[in-house]
Amino acid sequence: MPSPIPTADDLIRNGYIRRRRAIGTMMALIMFACAALSVFVTTAIVVILVEESWMFFREVPILDFLTGTMWTPVFTDAQFGVLPLLVSTLQVAFLALLIAIPMGTVMAIYLSEYASTAVRETIKPALELLEAVPTVVYGYFALIVMTPFLQKFIPGLAGINLLVPSIILGIMILPYVVSVSEDAMRAVPNGLREGAYALGMSRWQVAFRVVLPGAMSGVTAAYILGMSRAVGETMVVAIAAGQNPNLTFDPREGAATITAYIVQMSLGDLPRGTLAYSTIFSTGLLLFVITLMFNIAGFYLRKRFREVY
Amino acid sequence: MAVMTEGNLSGAAATAAAVGAITRAKRIDIVVAACGVVIMVMAMGLLLTLIGDLAIRGLGRIDYQFLTSFPSRRPENAGILSAWVGSILVMLTTAVLAIPIGVLAGLYLEEYARKNWISNLIEINVANLAGVPSIIYGLLALGLFVYGLNLGKTILVAGMTLGLLILPIVIVSTREAIRSIPLIVKEAAYGLGADKWQVMWHYIIPAARPGILTGAIVGLSRAIGETAPIITIGALTFIAFLPPPPITDSFPFISFAWLHDQFTVLPIQMFNWVSRPQEGFHINAAATGVVLMVLTLALNGMAIYIRYRLRRSVRN
Repeated sequence: MPSPIPTADDLIRNGYIRRRRAIGTMMALIMFACAALSVFVTTAIVVILVEESWMFFREVPILDFLTGTMWTPVFTDAQFGVLPLLVSTLQVAFLALLIAIPMGTVMAIYLSEYASTAVRETIKPALELLEAVPTVVYGYFALIVMTPFLQKFIPGLAGINLLVPSIILGIMILPYVVSVSEDAMRAVPNGLREGAYALGMSRWQVAFRVVLPGAMSGVTAAYILGMSRAVGETMVVAIAAGQNPNLTFDPREGAATITAYIVQMSLGDLPRGTLAYSTIFSTGLLLFVITLMFNIAGFYLRKRFREVY
Repeated sequence: MAVMTEGNLSGAAATAAAVGAITRAKRIDIVVAACGVVIMVMAMGLLLTLIGDLAIRGLGRIDYQFLTSFPSRRPENAGILSAWVGSILVMLTTAVLAIPIGVLAGLYLEEYARKNWISNLIEINVANLAGVPSIIYGLLALGLFVYGLNLGKTILVAGMTLGLLILPIVIVSTREAIRSIPLIVKEAAYGLGADKWQVMWHYIIPAARPGILTGAIVGLSRAIGETAPIITIGALTFIAFLPPPPITDSFPFISFAWLHDQFTVLPIQMFNWVSRPQEGFHINAAATGVVLMVLTLALNGMAIYIRYRLRRSVRN
């Protein structure tokens, strides 16, 4: 009978060590493959978007696409100027930021400089719930509840408009803006605060003249990343801002954004291979490039901020 | 400031000025704090209005008939049977794909990756993917899964799409959970002669489980409400049938035929009903919204509770 506790020699002889080593190597390879999947996904996104819109950009010069003011891809006299979609997309994102920036900044200052730990631990999960609400529910709320309500106060507000989705979007990205800017503010070293207090500054002076400027690159990153989210948000605008490509600067009117347009075209039954159908990929590519630029800018601002302190 | 510059003030006047400055500062502090509270109240008020409105409009519509009927042209006959079954099956597929892959990827980045350009590239990609709009994932799935691999508009494709979408969330939460494990755990395991994978499998993954679970639940709660990528793969159709059941009465008793079936999900059904003009469908949409909100709030509540428990146990 072999001894109950195997010796090192036994382990080598019966192949246990080799087996363990093989399992370790195999798992390391599997793990690497899982991590490398992210690189594959990014590459696949770029390849698919470029490849599928290749046909489109052979027919429509990029300059015409970016500067044209008429977007009528399914008309017999089709026009492919993306400006109407682009303008409403940026308009919605801008209006959403107009709400999210002041509210988010004050909220972040309150959480990082004023609130006690107990208050902060209660408020943060509550704020996160705002982010958790499915976007289609927000869309329903914007169209069926908020718009009829605001029509009583805002003359000329159409039943389908850019304003209400922007307000909802502003509230939606608020938790994100708050959490990124609060992170930045809390990373400001306490020595700066203590020095300022020692000079006789009051709490609000410390918050607005020391902490906020000190955290500025992180806070800016929060704004930019919030903008990126607002640009890419889909269902709220698809439901409440309408699907009519309309070059307007009046947020009381309805106008399709890039995302709403992609949704609208996906709902239709245009066959693959037509020029009109390939627009969902060319507009998608434009959307991807815009959000990528915002994300890269935000990424570097955040990184620079972390390096400073 | 006035106190410092005017050195010739009498003592009493200086004290008065200082007291004045302090009172003013206190008043501004109160205003700032009040602003914070007011914003919080406004945001929560909006959320409560939303929930309240959904409940008032939709709660009465939810009954046995609504939960066990297929969509219909007449709002009072319509139901969400195919939608909730579809949502559950898609979530199942998403979870099975995204959680293991995300955990292994997080483990690799945290414990295995050497500091070189490859791991740097992977990190940048994960950070970037977290910020890609969900509708772009839908276009990716349309081009890659539906056309490229010819998989059709099936539950499997929807699960894969949403799995890719929540992968960064799972990866990031896994890494955070692993980072918070005390070094002693690893050192003790290595000291007993465990090899690297044994340490990971028997000590690191179990110790990181609550954190991983929180991330997975948050990811799934996001996936269950996602509409845009699923519309983009072309899944907005009239579905008046259920996929074949996963359990069959003949050998081998388990069937994966449902993976290759067409489907609809709750947010798609809600979107479909919101965009119709009839009031009856809006009520159905509100009822679907109630079901969706209950699901997402329950999932998020679970995540918050696990995180809370975790934090308490770390402190003790």
